[in-house]
Amino acid sequence: MSQAQTESVDEDGVIESVSGPVVTAADLDARMNDVVYVGEEGLMGEVIEIEGNLTTIQVYEETSGVGPGEPVENTGEPLSVDLGPGLLDTIYDGVQRPLDELETKMNSAFLDRGVDAPGIDLERTWEFTPTVEAGDAVEPGDVIGEVPETESITHKVMVPPDSDGGEIESIESGTFTVDETVATLDSGEEISMHQEWPVRSARPAAEKRTPTVPLVSGQRVQDGLFPIAKGGTAAIPGPFGSGKTVTQHQLAKWSDADIVVYVGCGERGNEMTEVIEDFPELEDPKTGKPLMSRTCLIANTSNMPVAARESCIYTGITIAEYFRDMGYDVALMADSTSRWAEAMREISSRLEEMPGEEGYPAYLSAALSEFYERAGLFENVNGTEGSVSVIGAVSPPGGDFSEPVTQNTLRIVKTFWALDADLAERRHFPSINWNESYSLYRQQLDPWFRDNVAEDYPEVRQWGVDVLDEEDELQEIVQLVGKDALPEDQQLTLEVARYLREAWLQQNAFHDVDTFCPPEKTYRMLQAIKTFNDEAFNALDAGVPVEEIQEVNAAPRLNRMGTAEEWDEFIDDLEGDLESQIRELY
Amino acid sequence: MKEYQTITEISGPLVFAEVDEPVGYDEIVEIETEDGRTLRGQVLESSEGLVSIQVFEGTGGIDRNASVRFLGETMKMPVTEDLLGRVMDGSGNPIDGGPEIVPDERRDIVGAAINPYSREYPEEFIQTGVSSIDGMNTLVRGQKLPIFSGSGLPHNDLALQIARQATVPEEDEGDDDDDEGSEFAVIFGAMGITQEEANEFMADFERTGALERSVVFMNLADDPAVERTVTPRLALTTAEYLAFDKGYHVLVILTDITNYCEALREIGAAREEVPGRRGYPGYMYTDLAQLYERAGRIQGREGSVTQIPILTMPSDDITHPIPDLTGYITEGQIIVDRSLNSQGIEPPINVLPSLSRLMDDGIGEGLTRGDHADVSDQLYAAYAEGEDLRDLVNIVGREALTDRDNKFLDFADRFENEFVQQGYDTNRSIGDTLDIGWDLLSTLPKEELNRIDEDLIAEYYREDAAEAVQAD
Ligand SMILES: Nc1ncnc2c1ncn2[C@@H]1O[C@H](COP(=O)(O)OP(=O)(O)O)[C@@H](O)[C@H]1O
Ligand SMILES: [Mg+2]
Repeated sequence: MSQAQTESVDEDGVIESVSGPVVTAADLDARMNDVVYVGEEGLMGEVIEIEGNLTTIQVYEETSGVGPGEPVENTGEPLSVDLGPGLLDTIYDGVQRPLDELETKMNSAFLDRGVDAPGIDLERTWEFTPTVEAGDAVEPGDVIGEVPETESITHKVMVPPDSDGGEIESIESGTFTVDETVATLDSGEEISMHQEWPVRSARPAAEKRTPTVPLVSGQRVQDGLFPIAKGGTAAIPGPFGSGKTVTQHQLAKWSDADIVVYVGCGERGNEMTEVIEDFPELEDPKTGKPLMSRTCLIANTSNMPVAARESCIYTGITIAEYFRDMGYDVALMADSTSRWAEAMREISSRLEEMPGEEGYPAYLSAALSEFYERAGLFENVNGTEGSVSVIGAVSPPGGDFSEPVTQNTLRIVKTFWALDADLAERRHFPSINWNESYSLYRQQLDPWFRDNVAEDYPEVRQWGVDVLDEEDELQEIVQLVGKDALPEDQQLTLEVARYLREAWLQQNAFHDVDTFCPPEKTYRMLQAIKTFNDEAFNALDAGVPVEEIQEVNAAPRLNRMGTAEEWDEFIDDLEGDLESQIRELY
Repeated sequence: MKEYQTITEISGPLVFAEVDEPVGYDEIVEIETEDGRTLRGQVLESSEGLVSIQVFEGTGGIDRNASVRFLGETMKMPVTEDLLGRVMDGSGNPIDGGPEIVPDERRDIVGAAINPYSREYPEEFIQTGVSSIDGMNTLVRGQKLPIFSGSGLPHNDLALQIARQATVPEEDEGDDDDDEGSEFAVIFGAMGITQEEANEFMADFERTGALERSVVFMNLADDPAVERTVTPRLALTTAEYLAFDKGYHVLVILTDITNYCEALREIGAAREEVPGRRGYPGYMYTDLAQLYERAGRIQGREGSVTQIPILTMPSDDITHPIPDLTGYITEGQIIVDRSLNSQGIEPPINVLPSLSRLMDDGIGEGLTRGDHADVSDQLYAAYAEGEDLRDLVNIVGREALTDRDNKFLDFADRFENEFVQQGYDTNRSIGDTLDIGWDLLSTLPKEELNRIDEDLIAEYYREDAAEAVQAD
């Protein structure tokens, strides 16, 4: 997190009371959202309420042993993040303290308190290459140079949004630390690679646009049925164990975003460790470079201080916006937004605020929409186009989607991936329920799929949707009379639907090949099942009994398409065999 | 140390006292009653001039004249390797008549969070000898895998079976006796269980000689409820010390988390907090996480902490806040099922809602066996399909089902009777478990095994089994 530049000039306050993460102080001269240091140990906190002479502070660290009478010092600055080269290939806590740095400073595997560290390394040097020259006029947001930040990402150095702009007086290539001046303006303003931004305000943009390009996920049920746009929003609600985290990890691994910001909010420590261990080894399918070099991780695990859980979401989205400003497509995953909402609830209840639905604060809905509003496809102030896609997991108590966080989220997001415990139990993964889920982006993305995957992509998809719908209806009858009692054509529909579910919608995240499915393969797999469908119904019309059609030995090979490495040939052969074998029957 | 006789209010487990110097949040307090008893408590809220104190042993016997001492530190657990073999009460006082414990160190019982950057991802297979766990919900070293059960179900038998049989196969080879490393040190933390249950555990520990490598903390049903909030923290502080300082692989059994949560609810109510779902405090998720997350492995450290918390689901309801919040934090769950239990299945584990989230990295070629993941997936899918058909067969009868459906029905029955059923004394190797899996899968047509790699089917599928079934 960003550290106060100036020594505090304000009066210190004195702690009046301590209750868990909430501390009140008297005589503190502070503004709302100022960062303060609490107690003898200087624990980081933020002002969240001011009433008369009393200031209420949420503390981002454990408060055990802290008592009344200890001092509170105001930094006079709002909670901000450090922005600049060094954000990627990093793991932070909820207030942007690098966790590797904390390990070193604390000399322990356990998180101690009262230790601070800047969000980006202030000592490290970077190769800066200007993209403008002396005499050029620049405005806030304009790119003035580039730094190779990681193997795969070029960091764009921008004029800070709060600068006045002007004419470049001097600018040179060279090796600099983030705080050294790389350019000087005629106004005398010095520009370095280091910016700060208060996390609770969105970074400015020129215009929000309608997204028309999908965030390709490499997951069949998503790309195939419920696509999300670059700059879109999605929610993944589901009970525990239904696959929220694996789905988020899959998107972080395989989606075609330029930058991934992954926020582990109030979830397991090991899940973050898994990312830290796996991502450096995995290849970005787009660039062939290690995935970690496009990734920024933010971890406030469930046992870390609850106030920092409230802030980690904002830390994440601000970093995402910063890369968006450079013209990148950023995807932000938040796992889980429910823990964030619960953190708000916990703080709010300690403040004895009037509770709204289920004890959540009345501003829950506003906080959620403010957050998701920061997603979008934007024309940036510097004229480039960038996007932030936001995908939030939701953890409804008891798996009941009628609760406030799910409901308020669904009112905002445009893609709904509903996870289903029943599917998860039978190990149908991803357990995204195809009847309940939806994507409101389908139509605006169709042209892209037509142009880039197949001209008839939307039609073939619609065929698949129709078969699955029909199966849903037929299942109700089957539950009463058994499958054998159905007419033959309906039995065949059930068979086709089964292939859609088992061979197409199911996708094993842990299989080397199946884990990532390019949209072309998604399309061809669906086509192959349709080939089976069309041939089979022709045969049925020609009087072939349904059992004979089902027993065609090429059919079960449909189940092997997902794991087939040479899928193009595999599907060519399979379609050929299906055709000839079924036609042989009549 | 200053003494106060300034108690202004006593309410449930809470005592409020006026103070004239600052007292730290979470600090330990001693309260001496007029009849000379000393009770311990903890500061729940500290403001200028007034503190609220939660008394572990209950507030019975405290009156306005009791004197209050603030110890100036948060609660500590004295740790040493000599704790192994000892039995203590729920506050950490020895109750086994053994020698006084000379600590190496005193550790804060509210453990600091492990830095996620310092963790090592758990992936060493633990063989429990229980097929439905090893085969389909594999436990690994450093995992937190709770048992979700119901009142009157045999969760204790299962927990004891795991504690007795758990080994890490590779290290086991050859020198069995002198290799302490592959044996687990067991930390047993009891919260509000009955004396009878406690005896069951103790008798088993003694019978198998496990007591020597165990540390036992006992808060029984008639012990103070508030003490239950401390007991698991003492247990976990000891576990972390033995694992990360002394290199032990530690298995922590905590039972019953439901009683722990009831204690939290009681304290919350006494503090007049705004209650969350079903009256449990809104911070229960965070509170439970502070227990469950104290499991794992740390880079560069020898030992590990594996947790098996046990909880009884009120009315067998998995959506109840206690199992629900637990399931959201732990790395899976093992479900003990009432109807399987009445069928006489031992252990009555229902695999379908059970899960081990760390299974995927702990199994496979070189770890267990190359076919493990596929076999597990297929067993799940086939059993789920058979289970579905049971409802239907009740309505339409077997004759109305297709041949295929009938095979899945038979499969589901045999799965319960041969794979899940094994008794509490049978210790199956992972190889045996997977072989039984193949016996059952081979009763299904080969083409139905769409979760299993074709090469593996070629290697393991038993043509004879399928024919045998077709014949009759
Ligand atoms: N796409 C998938 N492929 C294979 N297994 C999956 C997939 N999604 C989920 N799983 C399985 O489900 C388990 C639980 O998933 P997880 O994402 O951790 O659930 P949640 O976050 O909803 O609690 C995982 O450990 C894994 O075994
Ligand atoms: Mg999860």
